[in-house]
Amino acid sequence: MDGKAHFRNVALLWLVANVIMVPLVVFVFGPGLPPGKGSVEAAGQVTDNTVLLAVATPVALAVLVYMAYALWAFRERNPEVIVDGPPIRGDASVQFWWLVVTTTLVLFLAGYGTVRLLADGSGAGQGPNPIAIPSPPKGTTVLPVQVIAQQWEFTYRFPTYGGVETSNLELPENTLIEFNVTSLDVIHSFWAYELGVKADANPGVNNIAYVTTKGPLTFHVRCAELCGVWHGYMFNSGEVVPRAQFAAWITQQRVQYAPATRTLPPYSKTYFPQPLRRGG
Amino acid sequence: MSTIAVSSGAPRTGWRKLLGFNMLTGIIFGVAGWFIGYSAIGLHIHGAGLAYYSTEAGQNDIAIMLGYLLGVVGFLVGLGFGNYPFRRMLGHPPSLAEHESEEEGLFRYFTLSTDHKVVAKQYMIGIGVFFFVGGLNAMLIRTELLQPNVHVFGANQYLTLVGMHGSMMMGIMTSGILGPFANWLVPLMIGTRRMAFPRIEAFTFWLLMAGSVILITTIFFGGFQTGWTGYQPLGSQGTAGYDAYIGFFACVGLSMTLFGFNLVATIVTMRAPGMTWSRLPIFVWATLGTAVLMLLAAPMLIAALLMAAMDRTVQTAFFIPAAGGSSYLFQNMFWFFGHPEVYILALPGFGIVLELLPVFARKPLWGYRLAVAGMLGIAFLSFFVWQHHLFVSGMNADLRPFYMLSTELISLPTGFIFLCFMGTLWRGRIRFTVPMLFCLAWAFNFLWGGISGVFNSDVPSDTTTHGSFFVMAHFHYTIMGGLVFAFFAGIYYWVPKMYGFNLNERLGKIHFWTMFIAFNSTFAPLFALGFMGMPRRVVTYAANLQALNVWVSISAYVLGLSMLVFLFNVVWSLAFKREPAAVNPWHSKSSEWQLPTPVPLHDFDRIPVFDPDPYPYGVDQVPAGAPAAAPAGGAA
Repeated sequence: MDGKAHFRNVALLWLVANVIMVPLVVFVFGPGLPPGKGSVEAAGQVTDNTVLLAVATPVALAVLVYMAYALWAFRERNPEVIVDGPPIRGDASVQFWWLVVTTTLVLFLAGYGTVRLLADGSGAGQGPNPIAIPSPPKGTTVLPVQVIAQQWEFTYRFPTYGGVETSNLELPENTLIEFNVTSLDVIHSFWAYELGVKADANPGVNNIAYVTTKGPLTFHVRCAELCGVWHGYMFNSGEVVPRAQFAAWITQQRVQYAPATRTLPPYSKTYFPQPLRRGG
Repeated sequence: MSTIAVSSGAPRTGWRKLLGFNMLTGIIFGVAGWFIGYSAIGLHIHGAGLAYYSTEAGQNDIAIMLGYLLGVVGFLVGLGFGNYPFRRMLGHPPSLAEHESEEEGLFRYFTLSTDHKVVAKQYMIGIGVFFFVGGLNAMLIRTELLQPNVHVFGANQYLTLVGMHGSMMMGIMTSGILGPFANWLVPLMIGTRRMAFPRIEAFTFWLLMAGSVILITTIFFGGFQTGWTGYQPLGSQGTAGYDAYIGFFACVGLSMTLFGFNLVATIVTMRAPGMTWSRLPIFVWATLGTAVLMLLAAPMLIAALLMAAMDRTVQTAFFIPAAGGSSYLFQNMFWFFGHPEVYILALPGFGIVLELLPVFARKPLWGYRLAVAGMLGIAFLSFFVWQHHLFVSGMNADLRPFYMLSTELISLPTGFIFLCFMGTLWRGRIRFTVPMLFCLAWAFNFLWGGISGVFNSDVPSDTTTHGSFFVMAHFHYTIMGGLVFAFFAGIYYWVPKMYGFNLNERLGKIHFWTMFIAFNSTFAPLFALGFMGMPRRVVTYAANLQALNVWVSISAYVLGLSMLVFLFNVVWSLAFKREPAAVNPWHSKSSEWQLPTPVPLHDFDRIPVFDPDPYPYGVDQVPAGAPAAAPAGGAA
């Protein structure tokens, strides 16, 4: 067989593999990709992951199909004798087209990622000066929630509800939430998995992440940045609930924590308490 | 002995050798240095501690730092590194001591030797030991993760294990991977008898070992809880064990900087006649790229650690936000080193694989210039991507698209390497030897490492994968699946020339297949675990993830067993069934295989003159003007 025949075989096998795998990836694996469709941003990430996987699949298949074919077709059939292959040192057109194709893919991915990121921030922490601010669902306003991380727990403060600080998190459905994530001691990371939110908590920094909740949902919060001995125990769960239920819950929290709220420092973007311990 | 003052008197023999400058003396001087620094000086310095956090009673970071510093100095002086400068200061003429480079026998491996082949073998054993210790740490980590709750180790022990595993693998094993190969091969490949700075070559090895001992001492000081990244201000808060982290990585950083400096100088200035840039073996190009990265990136690590050390000892507050510092500063400095670092771990693997591939495909390297461009492109771009480690940290939001683009651009030069790999196989005559199997596995594993990297580099996707087991799986696929597989390819390939014996092929194949299958069985499920929400470095996890974790742990044990197969192979082939290696068992056309086995003390009788082609496969078999031979089977 000459080179052209080999090339044709590889191309055919690759096409067949793509016809099978790409639909499988997009329609079967895609909907199951993380982090699920618990919020608008999370659903957006599922779409992004699907697109990335759909683009990556033909690339991976090209390498795998070629390798499998080459190892079979170009294997030494008589290993007892040392025979050299043809001294092919390169091929300008193959190199050119490889460069063109990979560059196109990379620019597409970077462009797509940028567009998606700038659309709604994708639930990622954007620092104190966010540039991608989603608009709240019609007829609603943004709900600011401060996430205060410390060794080794998260607490939540609601500036629009008298600055009450709660130990668990409930959020109203169909609302744009503005998480203001900060830390009292070391770097933590606020990861609300099902909401598709991750933002590092740095001491002295207000790291803002947006998420638009959808229907009722239980979500899990874990610390995603190593923060000391009990990092593994720094988790929590929260719920997205109907608006009326949220209103009742926050009112109840305000009453319950009223004595504590009076002794708290006034609401601020960052706090610098004197450390009580050197926990390590 | 390794002293410079050898012009008079016969060398010591027998047990009296131990009295000179050697490793034993180094250890004694090192321990003495520790006590001088720690007890005699450090404990008398008061007022030590942090500007902000109160230290534990009895913890004196200044004393510990001084102990480490003088301990390292003592160790190096005991090895004989002080002799040359002292003698120069006393007015003696400069000379390369004969004994440093011409000592024979086993004893020279325990002394300051400036023979590049000896240093390479020292490196091989040195990093090998820590590779296995680091691997044992991984086994212990996986044992703890058999259950969702703490059941074997406490949280602190667990985190210390995680940190030591990461530090040993990143700092000693993989950063030192050029130690055995580049030190041994670069002079032989470019046709010189030594490295540009032979004493610095030896210095980098012994400094790395001194640092490694410092890392081990962390267990006497409560361990460190920061992982190998050592983020601040957590590090400032940490117990005295974090001082060991600082001392360790400072040694590693200095060792890497000097190593890179030495390699660059050697490759640029010491090539033999005829060895022009376009004739350099591809492994040397990879080494050059790595060396530039080491030279430029590692000083940033040293700077960051110096600042961290000052925070802990003399009450500065570079990284303590409450006292005016910044928690971002350390992250930025660390990853400005840390991201080039991961390419320091990738490029040698590329070099080894592309160097071996022509031998076993029996073809010239396909796209030599493209491969060089790929390696240099990776080296260049790797300095512009570090903030992708900080995508969700609250960094300047406008910068993220840039770092997303620059990170994804790195897949272009990496793609060149893959194209050269695939092109070299094209119409070759592929021989499935053990080194070749490891090279092929490199391509398979690194492919998944690269594909998963696309998810990490895309900010929306990274929101979920960042800091999760997905990232962990990604970098194990690139570093273990890439570099370590290439490392074993290199071992199986070059051991016959380096050590003069063949490794058993059947045991090698058992090793390969168990390692390859167990590796994928261990790390592929970690992608899923990360996608399902398991963060890194946790001692507890959600109960529904237990089944997968148990699967991973069992696979990890099998992976550990495959390493025992390798060790058994070494012992078997060395001690029980020793076959002296042929001069050129692989029928390679590279220059190092044209030398006798074992390679003579000064490598070449005369400096070779290189012919134009580093990979002359298939050239002499094709008669001029005739088409390529097409034997039966359609392989040509």
